[in-house]
Amino acid sequence: MAWQFRGDTPVYRQIVSHLRAELLEGKYPADGQIPPVRQLALEAAVNPNTMQRALTELESEGLLYTRSTAGRFVTSDETVLRRARETMHKETMERLLSEALSLGITREEFITFMQHTKEEDAT
Amino acid sequence: MTTPVLACQDICKSYRQGVPVLNRLNIRLSGGKIVGLLGPNGCGKSTLIKMIAGLLTPDSGEIYICGELRSEESNKWISYLPERTYLTPSMKVSHLLDYFADFYEDFDREIALKMLADMNIDPNARMSTLSKGMKEKVQLVVVMARRAKLYLLDEPIAGVDPAARDYILQTIIGNYNPEAAVIITTHLIHDVEPILDEFAFLGYGGQVLLSGTADEVRATHGKSLDELFKEVFRCYASY
Repeated sequence: MAWQFRGDTPVYRQIVSHLRAELLEGKYPADGQIPPVRQLALEAAVNPNTMQRALTELESEGLLYTRSTAGRFVTSDETVLRRARETMHKETMERLLSEALSLGITREEFITFMQHTKEEDAT
Repeated sequence: MTTPVLACQDICKSYRQGVPVLNRLNIRLSGGKIVGLLGPNGCGKSTLIKMIAGLLTPDSGEIYICGELRSEESNKWISYLPERTYLTPSMKVSHLLDYFADFYEDFDREIALKMLADMNIDPNARMSTLSKGMKEKVQLVVVMARRAKLYLLDEPIAGVDPAARDYILQTIIGNYNPEAAVIITTHLIHDVEPILDEFAFLGYGGQVLLSGTADEVRATHGKSLDELFKEVFRCYASY
């Protein structure tokens, strides 16, 4: 099943977010190997060069590292993983907020609403 | 700098005197790129493809394939999917594979058979017994089963069902080769957008209006290629 992409952000950025989430959710364990570019490109149904660009970005974030010839692996560095988790949460919140703003909800209303959202509703 | 797989220089073509379809068109394409040639009906996309394939001759201008001036000889590097089916109706699919294997040194029969199986097409079926969509699938199979340098795909996904569409796009990605370039013309921009490296909008003036990468469009315009196309080529109802 091809991944779904929004029209407002570059595809490679959306792949970065998608893969980051997958890594942090433990789809690929720390120090585990991720599939080769071509396979990931096929899975996402995107151009291999776009996938390559996303992986390079994740490498520069430190989330992935390359072992020459062997392929790409997930980092086990806790600091990097924590930072990536923060980035992911930040992106999610920003998207929620911008959607709320475009619906005419004010920032204050949004914050109040979030405070009153019960945990069971949020799942 | 590496030799581009395709270079078109100052291509002019008109079917009627004084009405140019293509007007000093320039395009360069390097290996490893998948490019979408996009534009409204009648803007010259198929005309350009046919000239690259050698079915039409430009009025002026030059076409280079892998650094050599286009010729009968350079046709061996090009795998062309025309917009219409041309395969002989009386042939069996398997005969067609023989035919292509005889014709093209770079034809990979194994891959063709695998693709046919993936799309549930019986190699023993006669072309005339296949539906329109199935014929198009067979035609795409024989074109993609070649190890060519330049693939010219004129509307490869227009006539097939959405599941086959995904399969065809996957085939194009899976077939990716850093040496080879792919040109796709289509109106189904939304479907092909994620697999494109670059795009070129061909306008009615016979020139490239806009080109670049799909991700640049998203970054600078905040919209998809599909949305940008509708904006650039918007038609206004006059009533």
